[in-house]
Amino acid sequence: MSLRLDFKLNLDGFVLDAQMNAGAGTTVLFGHSGSGKTSLINAVAGISTPQSGRIVLGDRVLFDAARKINVPMHQRRIGYVFQDARLFPHLSVSQNLDFAGRYAKEPSKPYEREHLIEILGIGPLLARRPAALSGGEKQRVALGRALLSKPELLLLDEPLAALDQARKQEILPYFEKLRAQNGLAMIYVTHDMSEIVRLADHLVVLRDGQCVAQGLAEDVLANPANIKLIGVQDAGALVRGVIHEHCDDGLSTIRLSSAMLTVPRVHGPVGQHVRMRLRAQDVILSLTAPQGLSSQNAIEAQITKILKGRGPGVAVGLRAGSDRLIARITARALDQMQLKEGQKIWAIVKANAVPPAAIAGG
Amino acid sequence: MTGAELAIVALSLKVAICAALFSLPFAILTAWALARGAFPGKSILNILVHLPLVLPPVVTGYGLLILFGKQGVLGGPLEAWFGISFAFRWTGAALAAGVMGFPLMVRAIRLGFESVDQGLEQAAATLGASKRAVFGRVTLPLITPAILTGVVLGFAKAIGEFGATITFVASIPGQTETLPSAIYTLLQVPGGETAALRLILLSVAISIAALVLSEMLARRAAKRVAGI
Repeated sequence: MSLRLDFKLNLDGFVLDAQMNAGAGTTVLFGHSGSGKTSLINAVAGISTPQSGRIVLGDRVLFDAARKINVPMHQRRIGYVFQDARLFPHLSVSQNLDFAGRYAKEPSKPYEREHLIEILGIGPLLARRPAALSGGEKQRVALGRALLSKPELLLLDEPLAALDQARKQEILPYFEKLRAQNGLAMIYVTHDMSEIVRLADHLVVLRDGQCVAQGLAEDVLANPANIKLIGVQDAGALVRGVIHEHCDDGLSTIRLSSAMLTVPRVHGPVGQHVRMRLRAQDVILSLTAPQGLSSQNAIEAQITKILKGRGPGVAVGLRAGSDRLIARITARALDQMQLKEGQKIWAIVKANAVPPAAIAGG
Repeated sequence: MTGAELAIVALSLKVAICAALFSLPFAILTAWALARGAFPGKSILNILVHLPLVLPPVVTGYGLLILFGKQGVLGGPLEAWFGISFAFRWTGAALAAGVMGFPLMVRAIRLGFESVDQGLEQAAATLGASKRAVFGRVTLPLITPAILTGVVLGFAKAIGEFGATITFVASIPGQTETLPSAIYTLLQVPGGETAALRLILLSVAISIAALVLSEMLARRAAKRVAGI
């Protein structure tokens, strides 16, 4: 199921001018607060109505200002998991789930319902009222409820934002399972990079109401030009690897396409494929093979791109085997090292710069 | 309680209950229109609804007489076409009581609509519920405490209604003589104080019972809605 949209939405002076495409899998909508992420998916769900443009889901036109088409919310078959869960307080958990089935085009079969309840681990909660649930439990029920409505597209608006770190870690696996099992297309709104590493197939970066970058998550994040858009703190390339060894000293090694990377112990068996984020500001460049450094990781790479900005920072794109990295160094370092595109270089990454939260099964 | 007193109490309860229950659907509709609607003439509707609250009850009663009396603008056709007659009948007392209680019901229920989290209604719509289904399965259940409050206020107003009732349908024993009009009649008669006192105590008892009952129901409804 693909979503194509191109619309303008004016909300009390804030203009959202969105053009994006989302295919199968999970599309993460990333942006800082106030960038228009929620407004964008609200327009997709039909909660708000753009002034102009089109929204098309598969072969169904949901909105077309020129042709005066505006499919009402309840006919769009788009599930929505809200940041605040929005469970019906007057109904039990079980009744909340049934509410969705009541209006689904094809209601879920009993075994599908059972299966979903089991995956989400909400069996023991069925008789309870929403007020008696924790934040994490509420979000799991809300996710189950949205799925039981059999949507063609699922929108998730920072479903973990209201939860503490422990609860996030409790729920993220459910989203990962969902992503792995289901063919369902999802649009997942977040401003948290660790969720992107674990969930994103596609990435759309939203800034001041405009979609400024979009594409495969790995492509968007490996493009040094996007460091500014994503934010200096958050920018970093996604790298794939295989768990090679768990060492006795609390470290694990991960095999990349052309090098080994030592990181703090990761979860998962040897041989498992993982995906991790190497932040641009954690990558140090060296002209020679490093010696006498505390860092364990030195990756031989080639400079593919050097992008100077107006500030003191320079974005550098690197290729190591088939992996792409980005680094952020100062303009002064660039001058002193006389770096050029195409040049061979060593990229040095501190083991502790890749915490387990930045690594996901993939 | 004498037979005559019982008849008065029974009539008063019948009038008040009918007044509250029959005006409820209209009150819900009006409250919804005022809380959520955007239509021309909304402020005029708001004023119309509140008129019985601010007009002297005698004026309201006279207005009802003009509209729903035997020769009234609406009373004539209603009787001719549907056989519904209000003039000098208990139905007229119920109509007067209902009209007088209407603004109180609308205000209470409107507050309920305004306090409903519209996010829940949006959530229901994304799950495929049509506007009508959202109203019936989400909005209405969530405002049951407000509806209860409205019904109790309407009932309380109806059982105590005097001015509009006596103007519209007079005070005919067995037909339109409710508690307040019976008490008033007795107080006009020399030596009627003792009989009046008995009715006064009865009306106090009914009012307190109604309040206690409504408090219990409202507490239960509030708990249910809060999901506890």
